[in-house]
Amino acid sequence: MNSAEAVLESLQRQGLSSLYPDRIRITVGRATCGLAAGADAVYQYIREEADRRRLDLQIVSTGCLGWCQQEPLVTVQAPGRPRLVYGRVDQALTGEILDGAGGGSFPESRLIGKIYADEVLLTGQRIFLTGEPESGPVLDQTSFYAPQLKVVTRNCGYIDPGSIAEYAARGGYRALWKALQAQPEQIIDEITASGLRGRGGGGYPTGRKWQATRRQPGDVKYVICNADEGDPGAYMDRSVLEGDPHTVLEGMIIGGYAIGARSGIIYVRSEYPLAVVRLQEAIGEANRVGALGKNIFGSGFDFQIEVVKGQGAFVCGEETAMIAAIEGKAGEPHPRPPYPSEAGLGGKPTCINNVETWANVPPIIMRGSGWFTGIGTESSKGTKVFALVGEISNNGLVEVPMGTTLRQVVVDAAGGAGRFALKAVQTGGPSGGCIPAGMFDLPVDYEALTGAGSIMGSGGMVVMDERTCMVDVARFFLSFTRDESCGKCMACREGTWQMLQILDRIAEGRAVMEDLELLERLALAVRDASLCGLGQTAPSPVLSTLRYFRDEYEAHIRDGFCPAGVCKGLFRLVIDQEACTGCGRCARVCQAEAVSVIGDVAGQETAKKYLVDQERCVQCRSCLDACAHRAVRVIPRGGAVVDAD
Amino acid sequence: MYVDDAEIRDVIAGHQERNGRVTAILEDLQQRCRYLPEQALRIVAGELGLPLTQLYGVATFFAAFSLEPQGQHLVSVCHGTACHVKGAGRVSESLERELQVAIGKTTGDGQFTLKSVRCLGCCSLAPVVSIDGRAYGRMKPDTVEAVLSDWRGGDRR
Amino acid sequence: MQIDINGRTIPVQAGQTVLDVAREEGIWIPTLCHHQGLEAYGACRLCLVETGSGDRGRIVASCALHVSDGLMVGTDSPRVREIREMIMQLHLAVAPDAPRVRELAQQLGVGQPVLARHGDGQCTLCGICVRVCRQVGANAIGFAFRGSRRQVTAPFGARAAGCLGCRACEESCPTGAIVFSESGGRLFGEHWQSDVPLSRCAVCGRAFAPQPLPGHLQQRYGLEFQQADRCPECRRQQAAASLTAQARYNLSP
Repeated sequence: MNSAEAVLESLQRQGLSSLYPDRIRITVGRATCGLAAGADAVYQYIREEADRRRLDLQIVSTGCLGWCQQEPLVTVQAPGRPRLVYGRVDQALTGEILDGAGGGSFPESRLIGKIYADEVLLTGQRIFLTGEPESGPVLDQTSFYAPQLKVVTRNCGYIDPGSIAEYAARGGYRALWKALQAQPEQIIDEITASGLRGRGGGGYPTGRKWQATRRQPGDVKYVICNADEGDPGAYMDRSVLEGDPHTVLEGMIIGGYAIGARSGIIYVRSEYPLAVVRLQEAIGEANRVGALGKNIFGSGFDFQIEVVKGQGAFVCGEETAMIAAIEGKAGEPHPRPPYPSEAGLGGKPTCINNVETWANVPPIIMRGSGWFTGIGTESSKGTKVFALVGEISNNGLVEVPMGTTLRQVVVDAAGGAGRFALKAVQTGGPSGGCIPAGMFDLPVDYEALTGAGSIMGSGGMVVMDERTCMVDVARFFLSFTRDESCGKCMACREGTWQMLQILDRIAEGRAVMEDLELLERLALAVRDASLCGLGQTAPSPVLSTLRYFRDEYEAHIRDGFCPAGVCKGLFRLVIDQEACTGCGRCARVCQAEAVSVIGDVAGQETAKKYLVDQERCVQCRSCLDACAHRAVRVIPRGGAVVDAD
Repeated sequence: MYVDDAEIRDVIAGHQERNGRVTAILEDLQQRCRYLPEQALRIVAGELGLPLTQLYGVATFFAAFSLEPQGQHLVSVCHGTACHVKGAGRVSESLERELQVAIGKTTGDGQFTLKSVRCLGCCSLAPVVSIDGRAYGRMKPDTVEAVLSDWRGGDRR
Repeated sequence: MQIDINGRTIPVQAGQTVLDVAREEGIWIPTLCHHQGLEAYGACRLCLVETGSGDRGRIVASCALHVSDGLMVGTDSPRVREIREMIMQLHLAVAPDAPRVRELAQQLGVGQPVLARHGDGQCTLCGICVRVCRQVGANAIGFAFRGSRRQVTAPFGARAAGCLGCRACEESCPTGAIVFSESGGRLFGEHWQSDVPLSRCAVCGRAFAPQPLPGHLQQRYGLEFQQADRCPECRRQQAAASLTAQARYNLSP
């Protein structure tokens, strides 16, 4: 066994004894979402209390397990016992958990699931944690996790992202070792055969891009990781960078080897400070063990990775704009061809792939392209990580095989919308479109989503219910793309501004039907004439909502009515006296003291009814959101008043 | 925050990145000075041999850079999709009222700069407000005052 | 190598753009941000053409599209005409007062503006001035800010200190948005507050050459000027006087 293998073996041993110690191991999810939910206080409390109670515990920070709704997430692993996963952990629950760690029994409350065995995806191993028979709830069988297949997020929430040993214990850097034994062309063939497509949104075949870059003459080439994740509402990449940075590094080193590049750059947005720290840490660790730097694992291959921070420009997610920014210029795209694979950074052949794309490389190399093609659909292989946000019971990140239906993701896994009727799902962020609830049996794959007028995009999925106005959604996304337009080309710069003018008119009830026709003509022109992807896809939310929700646009224009009750001044809120139960919640949450009670007969709660004073109402909709009986109704301004007077 | 020429040159010399050196230097200066002073940009252009117009273009292109002094604390209201759907607009209005300042501006006493950002990546906790990097989730118009009180009157408690 | 434009087969040479070829063949494609001396920029979007055919057609800027064997191009399809009309409308919204913009609109048969007016009325941000200023090596002006706040400006919105007074920007601006004037021995560029002193002629004393210009041209292009201290009129008179003297005395030049 040569020294590189010895290094990996040693790391693996270290990592395994860290992952499965002889004492109780407690992990706290301290990625950005966990911290925002208060995980830091939980972590500090555990450490202080463990100390005070003289408990010998291993306390580890991990990334996110994905169920962000349940943050702070804490797992407890007692030797020989199933791993317990607790959600919404606070100080009180922490105390109870520590009681368990001290010899008592572990609490039942907020136990969201138990793990009986760990899958090591890269090797296909199963590590059984206990001999006990399964008793619910088993984490993998909960509705949130059941449809999932964790390939990209396989380590997130399990390992300490700062520990290269724990990464190695789950098969880490074995793929790199294996790749270095093969020829670069063989690696490219394998990636091509796997059918892996760019996960940043474009869906371009990854193997083809690598091949195109490799084929270019010259010995200076670059690989870049696009970690600029600018779609508002998408944070899949952040989660991977914070929870398992090594998988991205390993993917890039393998890619660099295959393409013939000696330099890699991770372009990560500065709005992700924790991800930057984790990456720098991981790069340091990888260098330390010889997975980065000179003569990697004795192969003679040199590779280094540098982190460059994006300073706040969504357009820099576009390849040529990103390259310009790295070169110290403003992030303006330029016409393609030439493509970055021919002439990119400094005019050299450059291969840019998204975080998720790179993270898929080690699994494909370890398990083979055949394994990967066995997952997903005909045209879209593998899995996709989605960030489920919005009006959804279970907010968080899910990773599912391509081909899983929207219903399985949004309703089954994420729990649907709750009290209000599901209306649509927005995929692809500002470059994408809305899929109405009636189409939720659509399988999630590149072609199906494009055919429906949206795109896969980077994976953001915003769930909307009946309280969302689709005109407002289009306006929201368009104001985003207008703000983020670099301004170079007339189509995008002026086109998005003009489209927004019209949308503002519609949302304010000042538009005429001709405006709708003009909006559509502009949308198509901006789509076809823009210089780069930002402008080309900026009209998508407009075109998509016009396709499926035209009636809402027409209601705004013809009737001056916003049926969802969002566009201020275009609706009234009234309380249906039949449905009203007199609970008074609306009055309590009202921001303008506009809800009052009538018929308040002492001792007869049910005779009480509530009433909205239209003069005072500021249309904040707190009452609508709070009413558990759906008694608050949205009606047109000139509509009949349903509540009694 | 005043930084003298010598310190600016030190900052420049301290950045030897092969890639992304320009924006790394600007980010560093932005953090130290709380904005990018004209003098600093002139020195950077000179030291790096870049046309000042190009550097000025970069400094005005990216949202992270400011040519005007920022306040002691940066209050960022997330206007990402999830936050928008969950009422970020109302939280935003409440912040403007509380701080008596419009989005994009700094309070008269130099304490707070209020900015709109998209997105902070904590979408499950929408709507989110971040102050100097510390994120507050599940914000409501009426919780704004309590959150700000943590930061008012000098340093964070 | 040959390509097909609007059904016509045309022999071409590698390195040419579709716009180059169309111009040679007398096929009209509107442009605004295109300038013969500068690299293709792709800002105005007026030169868009359709490549491929039918549903697989792609819309591409012809100024940046290099020819390839068998390329099929349509410069006047219904799709191209519709896009061109909307792009023209965008230009009209931004620069309704610019004669070139109005002229283009007329040539394209675009009548009434249908979009709200937006902008100072003259500048379309085609970028020719910036690109030219960069190319001559002055870098006195550049783009700043982004999106609809994008503008051409000198750093910090102050006086364009690096201005050489070459007036290449004024010369090449397609909309006439840039104006220079001379007064009191100085050259003023109103747009960016350029203020360049002019050298005075050693013979007649008239202010004529931007002071920084000869030195810059010599340094950058190695250009030497004979009698650089004389204004063009005095040089002409001098040359005429020599020629006359030669003719009278039958001297060889």
